[in-house]
Amino acid sequence: MSILVDKNTRLIVQGITGNEGLFHTTQMVAYGTHVVGGVTPGKGGEWVLEGKLPVFDSVKMARDATDANATIIFVPARFAPDAMYEAADAGIPLIICITEGVPVQDMMRVRSYLDQKKVRLIGPNCPGLLTPGEAKVGIIPGDIAIPGNVGVVSRSGTLTYEVLYAMKNLNMGASTCVGIGGDPVNGTNFLDVLEMFEHDPKTEKVIMIGEIGGNEEEKAADYIASKMTKPVASFIAGQTAPAGKRMGHAGAIIEGGAGTAADKVKALEAAGVKVARHPEEIPTLLM
Amino acid sequence: MKLHEYQSKTIFSKYGIPIPKGRVAATAQEAKQIAEELGGRVVIKSQVLVGGRGKAGGVKLAKDSAEAEQLATQILGMDIKGLPVRKVLVDEASAIDQEIYFAITDDRSAKKPVIIASAAGGVDIEEVAAKTPEKIIKVNIDPLLGMREYIARDVAAAIDLPREYWRDFTKIAMGLYEVYKNTDASLAEINPLVITKDKKLVALDGKMMIDDNALFRHPDLAEMRDTDEDAPSEVEARKYGLSFIKLDGNIGCMVNGAGLAMTSMDVIKLFGGEPANFLDVGGGASSEKVAAAMRIILTDPSVEAILFNIFGGITRCDEVARGILVAMDEVKPKVPMVVRLVGTNAEEGRRLLENANMITAETLADAAKKSVEAAKKGK
Repeated sequence: MSILVDKNTRLIVQGITGNEGLFHTTQMVAYGTHVVGGVTPGKGGEWVLEGKLPVFDSVKMARDATDANATIIFVPARFAPDAMYEAADAGIPLIICITEGVPVQDMMRVRSYLDQKKVRLIGPNCPGLLTPGEAKVGIIPGDIAIPGNVGVVSRSGTLTYEVLYAMKNLNMGASTCVGIGGDPVNGTNFLDVLEMFEHDPKTEKVIMIGEIGGNEEEKAADYIASKMTKPVASFIAGQTAPAGKRMGHAGAIIEGGAGTAADKVKALEAAGVKVARHPEEIPTLLM
Repeated sequence: MKLHEYQSKTIFSKYGIPIPKGRVAATAQEAKQIAEELGGRVVIKSQVLVGGRGKAGGVKLAKDSAEAEQLATQILGMDIKGLPVRKVLVDEASAIDQEIYFAITDDRSAKKPVIIASAAGGVDIEEVAAKTPEKIIKVNIDPLLGMREYIARDVAAAIDLPREYWRDFTKIAMGLYEVYKNTDASLAEINPLVITKDKKLVALDGKMMIDDNALFRHPDLAEMRDTDEDAPSEVEARKYGLSFIKLDGNIGCMVNGAGLAMTSMDVIKLFGGEPANFLDVGGGASSEKVAAAMRIILTDPSVEAILFNIFGGITRCDEVARGILVAMDEVKPKVPMVVRLVGTNAEEGRRLLENANMITAETLADAAKKSVEAAKKGK
C-alpha cells in the first residue's frame, strides 16, 4: 500500500513526443512504472520508445484504448490548462501536472472545473509522485529513494530530492513522496495529503516540507493537532528570505500578515511537529 | 510585474471606470503646462512602485499652475523608500466626500478571485484591516462565473453605499473584474474610490500587478514594465530566465529550484554566514544560463565566496559543470568557490570540475560551512 500511485497505476503521458515528455517517459518506464501510452494531438498512430508505447491524438482515445487511470502532463505552460481540462473531461481520475509557469487565473478556473468533476490534480509546477519500488510518476530521480514507511509531502522540487537523499543515506525509506508544487493555486494541498497518509496503513511517519507564503502549513498544523495520530517532522524553507514583494494592500489584508517562516514553525511546533533547522536534519527527528 | 498608478488608471478608464482628468509628466515644466490645461488646481503625484507615497510627501495639492511647477520640481527630486521619482502624475483635484477601498485579487487560500471592499478606504486601509477587520468585507468569485451585477450590489450594500450610487458602483465593479481577468492581474486595486462633492464615483488612485507567467499573452503590458526601478542585476537575470534577488551578504549562491535556493540561504545563515543573493537557475539549466548566473553573481563586489548547490533532476550536473567552466574562463573569478553536485550525472560533473580548483562538498550542511569559512578567509 501507499497513496495515489502504485504498481496498479496505468499511466498515460500528455506531451509524450516532446523533449521533456519523452526523456521522462523513458525514465519512468526504466523505473518500472506501468506507462500504457501517450497523447500528442496530430501524432496519433505513431509509436515511441522503439515501438513500445502508442501515441494517441486525444486523451479520450488514449483512455478508451488503454484503460489508463492516471495521466501526467509535460506540455508547455500555455497549453497546460487545456491539457488538464481534457484529461478531466476524458474521465481520468488522477492528473499530475509537471508544467511550470501556468498563469494563476488559468489555475483558478481549472481548479473550479476539476472540483466539480471530483478529479484529483497534483501540481502544477511540481516534481510529481514517487512510490519507491512501485511507480515513479514524475521527475523525481528514482535512485535517491528506497521503499519504506515514511510519507513525504513537499511544496518544493529539488528540496524534496535533498530530503529523500538524506533519508536514503540513513537507510530510511519512503511509502510515497508527493510533490504538491509551489504555485499559489494548485490541485492538492498539504492537508489533503496528510489525510491520505493518516489513512494509509503503509505509512507510519510523515515528513512535511513547507516554505514561506500562503497559509497551507498553518492549516496543516491544525489538522495535525486535531486529527493526526502519526508523528510528523517538518522543515520550512525561507527562514532568512527577505520580506516578500508585497502585493499591494490587498495582499497584506488577504494573508493577514501570516505566511512567514517563523509563524509556520510556531504553528507546527504548537501542533507537536518537530521542525528541523536544515533539511538533512529532518530524517533524524523521526528516528 | 507592478504597474504605475498612471498606467493602471489608463487601463481602468478603458474599461469604463471614471478617473480624474490628468497626464503624466517627466519635468516640472510639463507639469505646469498640464496644470494650466486642467484649470490650475491639481494634485501632483509621484510615480514610484512603492506604497506610502502620500505619507512620504510624494503627493501634494497645488492651488495653481505656478505652485504645480514648484511642487513638481520638489517631488521630481525626491527619493521615496530608496526609489528616485522620475515621473509625476498631474491630476485635476477632486472635492471628496468619502473614500472607499475596492480591489480584486487572488485568494490563494480559497483558490478563487476575491473582492475586497471597505467604506473606510484611503491611506489608512491597512490599519483599518489590522484594527477593525469587521470593516473590511471579502467576497469570493467563482472564476467560471465571473463578476455578476448581483454580487456588486451585495458588496455595495455591505459597505453601506447609499442606493443612489449602486448603479455606478456596479459598472465600476464589472469593469474592474474585466480589468483583472483580461490583463491576468494578480491585483487590481482602487484606493480610494471616492464619492465626490458633486456626487460622482471616481477612481482617484489605482494599483495593478500582473502575473508574470501570463505576460506571454499580453505583449502590450509586458512593454509597460518599468525596469528603472529594478536592480540592474535583476534585469539582466530576467533576460536569461533566472530568478535572482540581490541581498546584503557576501556569499553568492547558485542553486537549482526556488525551495532549495531559499534553503541554501537558510543553511548559510545557520552556520554564521550571510547570503549575497537568491538565485534559482531553474530546471534543466543550460551551460549558457549557468555562465550568465555566475557573471551576475560576480558583478556584486561584496561577494567573497560562491556556493553552487545543484541537485540534479531535470537539471544535469555535467551541463552545470560545463557552464561553470565556461564562466570561469570568461570572468576569471578571484573568490573561492564551493561546489556540491548531487543527482543526475553528478559524477560526470564532478570529474569535469576536478582541475578547476574548487572546494567540493558532500552534504548541504558541509557545503554551507565550507563557504562560510571561505568567505571569512577571503577578507
